[in-house]
Order: sequence, then C-alpha cells, then structure tokens
Amino acid sequence: MNKWNRFKAVPIPKQPPQVRIYNFNEVALGYSEEQALMEAERCLQCANPQCVLGCPVEIDIPTFIRLIKEGKFREAIVKIKEKNNLPAICGRVCPQEDQCQKYCVLSKRGDPVQIGRLERFLADWEREHNVEIPEKKPSTGKCVAVVGSGPAGLTVAGDLAKLGHEVVIFEALHEPGGVLMYGIPEFRLPKSIVQAEIEYIKRLGVTIKTNILVGRLYTVQELLSDEGFDAVFIGTGAGPPIFMGIPGENLCGIYSANEFLIRVNLMRSYLFPRWDTPIKVGDRVAVIGAGNVAMDASRCALRLGAKEVHIVYRRSRTEMPARKEEIENAEEEGIIFDFLTLPVAYHGDESGWVKKMECIRMQLTEPDETGRRRPVPIEGSNFMMDIDTVIVAIGRRPNPLIQQTTPGLRVAEDGTIIVDENMQTSIKGVYAGGDIVTGEATVISAMGAGKKAAKSIHKYLMGNK
Amino acid sequence: MYRIVESREIAPAVKLIRILAPEIARKAQPGQFVILRVDAMGERIPLTLADWNITEGTITLVFLEVGVSTRKLGELKEGDAILDLLGPLGNPTDVRNYGTVCIVGGGVGIAAAYPIARALKRARNKVISIIGARTAKLLIFEEEMRRCSDEVHISTDDGTKGYKGFVSDVLRKLLQEGYGFDMVYAVGPAVMMRAVAEVTRPYNIKTIASLNPIMVDGMGMCGACRVTVGGKTMFACVNGPEFDAHKVDFTELIRRQMAFIQEERMALELWEANKRGDE
Ligand SMILES: Cc1cc2nc3c(=O)[nH]c(=O)nc-3n(C[C@H](O)[C@H](O)[C@H](O)COP(=O)(O)OP(=O)(O)OC[C@H]3O[C@@H](n4cnc5c(N)ncnc54)[C@H](O)[C@@H]3O)c2cc1C
Ligand code: SF4
Ligand code: FES
Repeated sequence: MNKWNRFKAVPIPKQPPQVRIYNFNEVALGYSEEQALMEAERCLQCANPQCVLGCPVEIDIPTFIRLIKEGKFREAIVKIKEKNNLPAICGRVCPQEDQCQKYCVLSKRGDPVQIGRLERFLADWEREHNVEIPEKKPSTGKCVAVVGSGPAGLTVAGDLAKLGHEVVIFEALHEPGGVLMYGIPEFRLPKSIVQAEIEYIKRLGVTIKTNILVGRLYTVQELLSDEGFDAVFIGTGAGPPIFMGIPGENLCGIYSANEFLIRVNLMRSYLFPRWDTPIKVGDRVAVIGAGNVAMDASRCALRLGAKEVHIVYRRSRTEMPARKEEIENAEEEGIIFDFLTLPVAYHGDESGWVKKMECIRMQLTEPDETGRRRPVPIEGSNFMMDIDTVIVAIGRRPNPLIQQTTPGLRVAEDGTIIVDENMQTSIKGVYAGGDIVTGEATVISAMGAGKKAAKSIHKYLMGNK
Repeated sequence: MYRIVESREIAPAVKLIRILAPEIARKAQPGQFVILRVDAMGERIPLTLADWNITEGTITLVFLEVGVSTRKLGELKEGDAILDLLGPLGNPTDVRNYGTVCIVGGGVGIAAAYPIARALKRARNKVISIIGARTAKLLIFEEEMRRCSDEVHISTDDGTKGYKGFVSDVLRKLLQEGYGFDMVYAVGPAVMMRAVAEVTRPYNIKTIASLNPIMVDGMGMCGACRVTVGGKTMFACVNGPEFDAHKVDFTELIRRQMAFIQEERMALELWEANKRGDE
C-alpha cells in the first residue's frame, strides 16, 4: 500500500491498458474502503471551503468527507444526495479538475483531494448496501411533464417527486438516460450504474415513458391542454451531429460520433451478432475532433478491433477540450494524436467505401484580442492518410423538434431555447434546462439546471393553487 | 410492450402485421413511418405505415423478411408483442389537389404507397397507379390500390402478370401515350425510384421519392440516414423521408444501404444455424 502523504492523491486502481483495450469493462475500478479512508484523511476540513464554490450543485463537500473519515458512509451518501440525485454518475464523469478539485486548497501545493473518487466510492458503497429512499412530501395533486431523460430531466423529475408532485418523463429512445445511456461508453460509465440511478429516480415515484417523441406524438401545448399537466420541463439535449461539409463525407465507413456511439452503447453493437445491431470498424480509424466525445469514440474503435486509431485535431495539444484524465487514458491505450491537422476531403473505392483522407497541415497564429490562437492552413501542405473508418466528432446542435412544434417558444439563433433566470421559457409554465439551453455542456451543469428548474416549477405550482 | 393483433403472410416472405398502438394511430399521417424493436437485443427497424385505424387503435406494417430483425418480427403471431415502437416519424406527404397524380409502387413499397394514394384520392386528385413486383406471386396490395385509384397498371419483371418489365417502363409508356401527370410519387427499392426519376426528368414532372436509407434513432440524432439531395446533405428521418427525386443522389443511397451487408448476411446465417439447432 502507498504511504500516506497529505499532498499526494491516493491513486485509483485501473485495468492495465494492455488488458482493457480488449474489453468494454470499466477502466477505473474505484477506491476500496481503506483507500477512501486514506484519501478522505487528506482533507483539511477548511472553515471556508473553496471546493464547494466550484461545485455547480453546492454539495457540502467537507461534511461528506468528514463523515467518510468517521466511517459513517450511510450518512455521507445521504449528505451528497441532499444536493445530487445521481452521485454514481457524477463521481465518474464530472470534470472535477475544473470544478471542486480545482479550488481545493491542497492543489496549491500538491494534488487536490480526489472529491470525485470519494463521491463515486460512496455511491458504489450505497448500491451494495441497499439504497434508502428519502421521505416524500405529501402529494400536491400537481402533475409535471418532463421531456427527455438525460441528467437534466432526471434531476428535475427526482426533485419534484420528492416535493410531492406527480412527474412523468417522456423519452423518445427506448432506454432512458440520455447521453449517459447512448453516448458515454460502458468502460467509462457502466450502463448498469446508470440503470440503478434511474431506478432510484423511479423509486422516488417518477414515471418514465419511453418511445415517446414529444413534438410528434404530443406537442408541448397538448401536454398542457389535453394531457392534464400543470407544467412542462424541456430537457431534450443536443442531437444532430455536425459534419464538416467536405467532399466525400457521405462515403460508407464515415460515421458521426453520435451514430458510432449510439450503435456501440445504446444498441450494444460490440456484442454483435448476439445483439442485432452491426458496426463496422476497419484497421485504420481517424477520429476528427479532440473533445470527450472524440476520446470516447476513439477508445471504442480500439476495443472493436482497430489496429491504429488517430485523433485528428486542427489545433495543438494544449487546446484539446477533452478532460485531462480521458486524454491520458486514451494515450495509455495507444491512441495516436495528430495535431495541427485538418481533413479536407475523403476519397473512396468503387463501391463507395472510404479509403483515404486528404489532410492539410495547420499552424497556430499569434493570440488574437480574445487571447485565442487560431489555426490556419499551411498552403500546399496537403497529404494523404490511408484510413478505412472515420468518426466525425466535431459537435452537435440542439435537438430542434420541440422548438419547431411549439409556437411562441423563444429560440436563440443557434437553436437553443431561451430561458429567464428561473429557467422559465417564453411560455408560462414551460421550463427548460441542460444542453438544450446551454448548447453542449456537462452532466453536472445539466443537473444544476434541473435543480434550479425544479425549485422554480415548485414555486410556480404552489403559487398557482 | 405493443401487442400484435394480426399477422399474416400476404406473399412469399412478405408479412403484414397489425399492432395495437392507439396513440400512434391517432396521430399518423400519410408518408410517415415508425421505428420498432422486436426484443431487448433487437435492432431499431424503420417501417413505413401501410395503414392505421383510429377506432381499432391499430397500425399496419408490411415488410419483407430479409434479415434477422425482420425474420424475428415475421415469426411473431397474433397475441405476441414487440418491445418498442416509436412514431409517427418523418414529415407527412404534402397532400393537396395536384390534378392528375401517378403513384408508382414497387415490391413492398406498394403497401407504403397505399395510404398516399388514398389521401391523394380523397384530395380529389385523379390517381393513376403503377404497381409492380418481381413476379405475380409477390404482387401485394392490388385490391387496396384499386380501391383508391382511377386506373391501376401492373408490371412484373418476369411477365407473370401485367406488363413484362419494370414499373418505370410502364410509366415511360404511359407518358409516351400522352398521359399528363402533375405529380409522380415513387416508393420502393432505390433502383426503382432512380429509374422513375430518370423517366420523368425529361418531362419536367414534379417527382417525389420516399427514401429508405439505413436508420438508427430515426429522430435526427445520428446521421446514419444522410442522403445527398441537390448537393446538400439531408437527414432522411427528419428532413424527409420524401424528397425531390430529381435531386437525390441515388447511387450514394444504394451504396449506403449496402454498408452492413456482410454483417447482415453473417448474422442471418448464424441465426438460421441456431434455429436449426433448436429444432
Ligand atoms: C460521448 C459523450 C461523452 C460525454 N462525456 C462527458 C463527461 O465525461 N462529463 C460530462 O460532464 N459531460 C459529458 N458529456 C456531455 C453530457 O453528457 C451532456 O452535457 C449532458 O448529458 C446533457 O444533459 P441533458 O439532460 O441536457 O441532455 P441529454 O443527456 O442529451 O438527454 C436528452 C434526452 O432527451 C431525449 N429527447 C430529445 N428530444 C426529445 C423529444 N422531442 N421527445 C422526447 N425525448 C426527447 C433524448 O433522446 C435524450 O435521451 C458527454 C457527451 C457525449 C455525447
Ligand atoms: S477545499 Fe479541499 S481540503 Fe478544503 S474542505 Fe474542500 S476538499 Fe477539503
Ligand atoms: S436515423 Fe439517425 S439521424 Fe436519421
């Protein structure tokens, strides 16, 4: 066992890279009780804790860590769940390095307390030791419809149910969970864990109806007028993938990251043909983009048998938007990073399959007024890469259907829904939050929006008696 | 779960099923489709609505048993259920009075053509239908099409019924005979729709094709269904499924439809082998 050191984080055990690239099991294995106690011991219990300021849902971090130190795991998880309904998920996928841990005083002299890993430890401990359902307020007789079952929708629903409202979530896909289910891969966020967290939301009294596309089967107006709901929350998230619009992009073997990840995660293509949905990954894969989505896609491609997987990014290492931990994981697994490289065309064979990717080299300009270094192509630097699979991971737009089918709903130019400081849209009783309002963001910001919306909706419903 | 209230074979390897789905039936419009999953490990398969009945609360689907998913679906009997059903999806057909319209349906596409022909008939169009199949035994929905058409022309590839040749040949013949169409609607295999588009192009007749690319989510989130129309990339599930046939890149569509052909064959062989093992 490692020696205890105030300034050194207790490392989290992981599957070794040479093993994990052959399976879809979780990479990080989680702290043991002993490791969690050691890590919790590092916390200084600051009187004026900075970490909490970095937490979008204001978890009382020092208190839950103190409770771990005291071995009171049950009380510790209850403390977290006062603010966060989905800790097993947040502990795994939140960018803690930009949030709570960034502000932890210890980070001035060493590693910050590994708050995320401790959160995950508690959530996993609870799942193994029987999840307690908090007491619910008496029924208010009010009904709320939640559209979309991603982290925003699940959070609103859980909070409103606890307050005694009847809540129905409408989800278009066949499994609830949003990106947690269809986007983030099993090896980073096991689906059984997402399902357990959703089970918890259901046990709070929330009804989840899958296979219902709001906008087509019912409009938002119909939910309010015909289906008897008193308020609606829209948490439909991001959807339509962006393509670059370069020649050859519709050749076979070129996927959007969303298609690729939906096949792999939601449809379990990695278990094909036991599961029915196929996927095809060649020997040489190029993933375009360098965000979390690109990291996830590249690591899935590797696990599906690709010999060489390249992350192709037009900027340089320092600009990569993905979480540091995920970049490290990808590198450990042998993903190759091609920086300052931009695809300009794809070339295929006679049957329409992609075979080559034409790229151009980029260079970064001097920082402009905004301090950003823009990538510009280097004239005449075009070159060819042999590839047989491409995954385009350069972003997604907001899902447009609700905006198109809800007259009077104010929408920004980029397609996101406009809300006021209470998360209410331009229509009374209709609220929105998560990626559909902010554009692509994070699980925790979607949850934070859900929390806020739940408070406003509660106020609206109770004032409305 | 969505219960199947009727299942029957209407031609060799062509099944018709009716599923209890009152809400979808209530909202369905011509030209729309649904996505279904047979079981927990199933694929999401898009199928165009062949009919629906608000009073009974049912929708009707017609499909060719080609791969594992459609074979599994075809095995279900009355009283069985499918796990997932999402719809109605896609933009409805622009139903209005065009004047004289020609509906061209090929293979199981005839079933998809039926609600469109019916709606156009109700909108007081003169409806001339051309329906065709490989062989007489595979010709479906003739009765239904007769009910809502002013004329029905039939072709089979092998000449076992009607004109020997393709539906596009019949269309060409009619045009040469002086038929005037204000709109032509094509639904069926991509090669057929391409042929129809080529026949009408010189005549400059507005021609609509209902495209059937591979789909996954069917709600605009994946781009598996992308097609090139007039040089622009469109997502067939949300921007379509109907497009101006003269602008569609059918060659690309056909290639993209074949993207997983090896995997599909392999899965089917395995499935058949397993079934033999079971017996
Ligand atoms: C591959 C990938 C990896 C990511 N990794 C991370 C990470 O490590 N950490 C992190 O913090 N964030 C990550 N993110 C971002 C994060 O997942 C999102 O910001 C978050 O999920 C947004 O939550 P949401 O509730 O707004 O929407 P979503 O999770 O997108 O959920 C929206 C749901 O609404 C449904 N829906 C849409 N339209 C309708 C309709 N009309 N009717 C009914 N239902 C509808 C959708 O099917 C979907 O299930 C990642 C995203 C992706 C794609
Ligand atoms: S800032 Fe760091 S040391 Fe201080 S309470 Fe928060 S986690 Fe503990
Ligand atoms: S099927 Fe996914 S976008 Fe059309």
